[in-house]
Amino acid sequence: MNVALYVWQRATAAVMVPMIVVHVAVIFYATRHGLGGADILARTGGSVGWGAFYALFVVAASIHAAIGVRNVLAEWSRLGDRGAGIAASAFGLTLFGLGLRAVVAVTLP
Amino acid sequence: MSIRTAHRQVQHKNLHRKNLLWLAALLHRLSGLGLAIFLPLHFLTLGLAIDGEARLDSFLRWSDAPAVKIGEAVLMFLLAVHALGGLRLLAVENLAWHDGQKRDAAIAAACAAVVAIVFLAWLF
Repeated sequence: MNVALYVWQRATAAVMVPMIVVHVAVIFYATRHGLGGADILARTGGSVGWGAFYALFVVAASIHAAIGVRNVLAEWSRLGDRGAGIAASAFGLTLFGLGLRAVVAVTLP
Repeated sequence: MSIRTAHRQVQHKNLHRKNLLWLAALLHRLSGLGLAIFLPLHFLTLGLAIDGEARLDSFLRWSDAPAVKIGEAVLMFLLAVHALGGLRLLAVENLAWHDGQKRDAAIAAACAAVVAIVFLAWLF
């Protein structure tokens, strides 16, 4: 892992620590206050705040996970550095696309 | 080289695998991999809401099954142990070194287990 990837992975981790605490609190709250589709959309639909929060979460998680997957593939597979980088980039972009789609799905009014 | 000598050498090479900090690093990596596998499925599920709440609802009803709830508690453990383990790594890399790294790793894993168990009790 080069210095840039190292810094990005640590920076995204630091950003996500408080977000994970909030996310876990939301999960605990939601399991007792309705986990149906209507309940979820009633809480998040039209909320710019939740939309921005989870969009940032998706961006940070996609970068962090892609770098982590790259490291695992480079060390535990036969892909090599270049192959691991390509596979991890594809994974990160997929995660980013699916994540933003999910954020749009639950926060659009 | 006798078989016994070869066996001893292999045992010596693998001694690090009994080190708590090596296990903590392995747990951090495996929990990260588990979350990386789960995340796309999580996003796909939430994305069902883009076609209206009915599709999301039909999936969420399936998640009421006890086995799924246990799976959710396992995911909560993976999230908590990866976050707390990552926090420990950030502290090791950015703060002054202190003794008791093994203790810190054990505390992180124990706290994650407590969060997962409390979550499982919360679900039922």
